[in-house]
Amino acid sequence: MTAGQDVVLDVDGLRMRYGTHDVLHGVTFQARRGEVLALLGPNGAGKTTTIEILEGFRMRSAGRVEVLGIDPAHGTEPWRARIGIVLQSWRDHARWRVRELLAHFGSYYACSPGGRDRPPWDPDELIAAVGLTEHAGRTVRTLSGGQRRRLDVAIGLVGRPELLFLDEPTAGFDPQARREFHDLVLRLAAGNDITILLTTHDLAEAEKLADRIVILSAGRIIADGTAAELTRRIAGPGQVRWTRNGRSYAQSTAEPTRFAFGLFRRYGEAIDDLEVRRCSLEETYLSLVGQEAAR
Amino acid sequence: MSRAAAALRPGLARGLIELRQAFAGPALIGQLFWPAATLAAIFFLRHKALGGTRFDLGTLVLPGVLGMYTALGMVLMIQYLTAEREDGTLLRAKTVPNGIRGYFLGKLVTVSGSIGAYLAMLTIPGLLLVGGLDLGRARTWLTLAWVLPLGLVATQSIGAAVGSVISGPRAAGYIALLVTGLIAISGIFYPITSMPRWLQGTAQVFPVYWLGLGVRSALLPASAASVEIGHSWRQLATLGVLGAWGAAGLVAAPLVLRRMARRESGSSLARRREKAVAQAR
Repeated sequence: MTAGQDVVLDVDGLRMRYGTHDVLHGVTFQARRGEVLALLGPNGAGKTTTIEILEGFRMRSAGRVEVLGIDPAHGTEPWRARIGIVLQSWRDHARWRVRELLAHFGSYYACSPGGRDRPPWDPDELIAAVGLTEHAGRTVRTLSGGQRRRLDVAIGLVGRPELLFLDEPTAGFDPQARREFHDLVLRLAAGNDITILLTTHDLAEAEKLADRIVILSAGRIIADGTAAELTRRIAGPGQVRWTRNGRSYAQSTAEPTRFAFGLFRRYGEAIDDLEVRRCSLEETYLSLVGQEAAR
Repeated sequence: MSRAAAALRPGLARGLIELRQAFAGPALIGQLFWPAATLAAIFFLRHKALGGTRFDLGTLVLPGVLGMYTALGMVLMIQYLTAEREDGTLLRAKTVPNGIRGYFLGKLVTVSGSIGAYLAMLTIPGLLLVGGLDLGRARTWLTLAWVLPLGLVATQSIGAAVGSVISGPRAAGYIALLVTGLIAISGIFYPITSMPRWLQGTAQVFPVYWLGLGVRSALLPASAASVEIGHSWRQLATLGVLGAWGAAGLVAAPLVLRRMARRESGSSLARRREKAVAQAR
């Protein structure tokens, strides 16, 4: 299959082997323009390896990979100008000021060869977009963890990328910073002209941010779909429990709401202690990853 | 626009911004320490006559010291590369188009600018302390005009190559120690001709000695060559050795730099970060 106009990420049969150890066993997935795709999986599943291959930072062992129609192993500088990578900052550029740093990174895109149709972000607009306006003149080292993370996102965005990579974006965040970060990603995604691939081991995060979730476990893709699809497809039926005349009943059904309505129509007020339960995505995920680990 | 040209403006801007950061505000105090200590040494040597000559030791030492500070570009380069590989600066540069080129160009600007600042800090007060230097001759400036740039290129390209190969800031510390040893035997603070022959031979392999000699040949009167090896400034040999180091560095540096940059990734950075955190505990 070849990538159409709309396919931004096309990964087919991707394999990665370190020495004699296989890390990825034939991973296949796609992402379309404007989509937010979460690569979800436990630690050690191969998420970071996958994203680093897509970023062009790591050579794959086998398989076909196209990012914006180009093999990242041969990615040129004009290609690099079309993707944004959000790194986890540590201590880099500690002495730079926020605005100065963003203007500097933007200048690489302004000078980039290949006649890009979109100029880099204006630093002040970008700073406002990530909510750092009041910190624009501060040095990077004086920012809090959450503020630094927003600066990391701003650096990833400064060239107005068509595709943005976020590797474990909220690792080590407190709940407040996590929530602010999620709001930022959702605002970005609402624009619909950017494709986002994020990796996470946090299912709630994937569910909240992603249009589609690809679950990676032990180097294999074990599920691919929207959160609702995954729940329906894998978790199977819901369960309805009730009591009538002092006796407990339980019934599994694919349509628990309709089933409960039927119960009331038939027995009316005799039904008591009604409980309708759908498997949560979390249970789905844990059971999937558990099955895979048990293989 | 070629790729080199695309990185030119951001690289120059980057170098100047980091140069300002290195010398602005409280950072300046730290930058003044070594030049001040060096000037203090020259102050005490200023009237100490070198046996058998009519020269003060201070007069002989100041030009050599200028050469030595030029050679320190190598150490600065190694320190920057190892530290910034570890703190993620280099990986960040890799994520933007032509970022690695811009990064290295910026480093050349920052390090060369820093050395220029050190040379000014040393020369201006130094000239008030010691006499007998020839600044009025055209030959002086002509010599400086090739010795200093050649020295900057040679030592920084070697520094970039070494800095890409060695493992981290700790190894960079050992290299700095090694360079200190080279300075001690390089005839900067005392004529090399008074050292044992095997040390003279060792010193002459490395650029520190030749940079010191080159700057002495520019600033000192011709008669001062009497304390040098062969009673000569050996400018042709200076050009040859510095040129050879520069050529070797310019060939090797892009190769090893590219290899190092290719290996940088988020996970390699994370591994080093974990190691550093573990060591700090």
